[in-house]
Amino acid sequence: MHYSPVPMHIPDGFLTIFVSVICWGITIFTLGLSISKTNKALGEKQIPLMGVMAAFIFAAQMINFPVAGGTSGHLLGGAMAAIVLGPWAGMLVMTAVIAVQALLFQDGGLVVMGANILNMGLLTSAVGYGLYRSVSGQSNNKVKLAVAGVAAWLSVMTGALITSLELWLSGISDLQVVVPAMLWVHAVIGLGEALITVSALGFIFRTRPDLLGEGSESAMGSRNWAYVGGLIALIVVLFSPFASSNPDGLERVAGDLGFLNAGQSAPYSIIPDYTLPFLGETALSTIAAGVIGVLVVGVIAILIGRGMKAKA
Amino acid sequence: MHFDAFDRYHEKESFIHHLDPRVKVVVTIVFIVSNALLPDGAWMAFAFAWLFLLLANVFSKLGLTYTTKRSLIALPFAFIAITILFSMPGEPVASFKLLMWNLTITDTGLLRFVSILIRSWLSVQLAILLVATTRFPDLIHAFEHLRVPAILTTIIAFLYRYLFVLTDEVLRLMRARESRSAASAGNRSGGGVLWRAKVAGNMAGQLFLRSYERSDRIYNAMLSRGYTGHLYTLNPHEMQSRDYFVTAFAIAVIFIVQIIGRL
Repeated sequence: MHYSPVPMHIPDGFLTIFVSVICWGITIFTLGLSISKTNKALGEKQIPLMGVMAAFIFAAQMINFPVAGGTSGHLLGGAMAAIVLGPWAGMLVMTAVIAVQALLFQDGGLVVMGANILNMGLLTSAVGYGLYRSVSGQSNNKVKLAVAGVAAWLSVMTGALITSLELWLSGISDLQVVVPAMLWVHAVIGLGEALITVSALGFIFRTRPDLLGEGSESAMGSRNWAYVGGLIALIVVLFSPFASSNPDGLERVAGDLGFLNAGQSAPYSIIPDYTLPFLGETALSTIAAGVIGVLVVGVIAILIGRGMKAKA
Repeated sequence: MHFDAFDRYHEKESFIHHLDPRVKVVVTIVFIVSNALLPDGAWMAFAFAWLFLLLANVFSKLGLTYTTKRSLIALPFAFIAITILFSMPGEPVASFKLLMWNLTITDTGLLRFVSILIRSWLSVQLAILLVATTRFPDLIHAFEHLRVPAILTTIIAFLYRYLFVLTDEVLRLMRARESRSAASAGNRSGGGVLWRAKVAGNMAGQLFLRSYERSDRIYNAMLSRGYTGHLYTLNPHEMQSRDYFVTAFAIAVIFIVQIIGRL
């Protein structure tokens, strides 16, 4: 089939267990949230809708347009899925797409699937929807489309940045190489994403405005999404130049936090004269470190959630 | 297009084909995790992991060429790892000049690069065997048994069920675009990049509306057939003694591979 995935599907073997486990933790936590939210908000009618929409995203990724020199622009779809279906349903749909790409086509690995879902499904949906939500109440469609375009571009950049950070933490590539390389490639890919997303949404505005107006799935997400999306986008925008221009600084911070060691060193080298040929303590300690990381992230996420609820 | 146009399942009567899908899923994941845990340069362990793959391949009757050919799919990603060849501190192995850079490959860098490639290559092969010997609906069913939330497995089942329908839809849209994009010899058809992007976007929007409306019809059809929000299966899976035996055997082998890798 002529379907060309973006260079973001990480295959198995490229991330350490530590990084994979942390990513799975964040992914499972977020998916748990989105499942409980969708279960509460939507009826059984939504399940066939989300299934067909997942197939739609998959099929829409095949649509491409020639750019220059044999390259072509095409759609990743995270921002678009979240904008037309709402953020939670969008995340579930993207998760299904990435899972099928890994299972059926071996596009992306199985154990690293948590990372792939996080990079290409959850973050793209959060950024794409969040930025769009900040203007979705406006009556001027031009503004909405312009913001949707920026949101789509930033969603791709967010995915690229987090992917390169995961690769770096796994000791696959140097920070000063992987971050600029991924960001430059995806700055171009993101333009294709933005153009297709904008004109597809424009088409829907013209033909079925009811699908994106008040009371539609698209309006399901709370206003707080604007803050979430804005915050992630801000971090990406501020962090990318820093990571590209000052990799040593970032490396030192990660080193000070102990992240780098936990991520990169294979468990066996922590205790070199370890003689008992067991899976033993060292592998366990890596996994334990991962679990602790996940717990910390989870607690922070819950606290943020509480704070938001209290405000609302 | 036929419903199994995307299927990677290979119809065969083999031992592996008849295993419970849960066993295959669990063993595949344990194998991939084990590969990720193996230290760099554990050549003996890599070799034994490969022997395990060969064994699985023999019992699946698929033939080596099938998995080997498809296992190259993850190779392009190796480009991202190529810089560690030069950046890891260690004894220089080879150095050469490329444009304006002096590049030196170090032994630790080479060791790490090759190890990453091998790990990835081993892992993807068992994943290929998994989908080649398990029907996709059975695979989804296995994930359901393994406590993946029903809402996700159901979405995936729908995705699989309607993927070929929507692909047909995309192919129709592309054919329509092509048939309206005639160009005289030597000239390019259509407008600039922006215009082409706009056309592609309109196609995506059109596809969205067709999918959306189709999902409505699908839902109504399902309701009229008694859908209550739950899907049922006609072949329930039951673990048999040989399934338990294979699981125990595979895990034991993988454990031994881990021990070899740490000796």
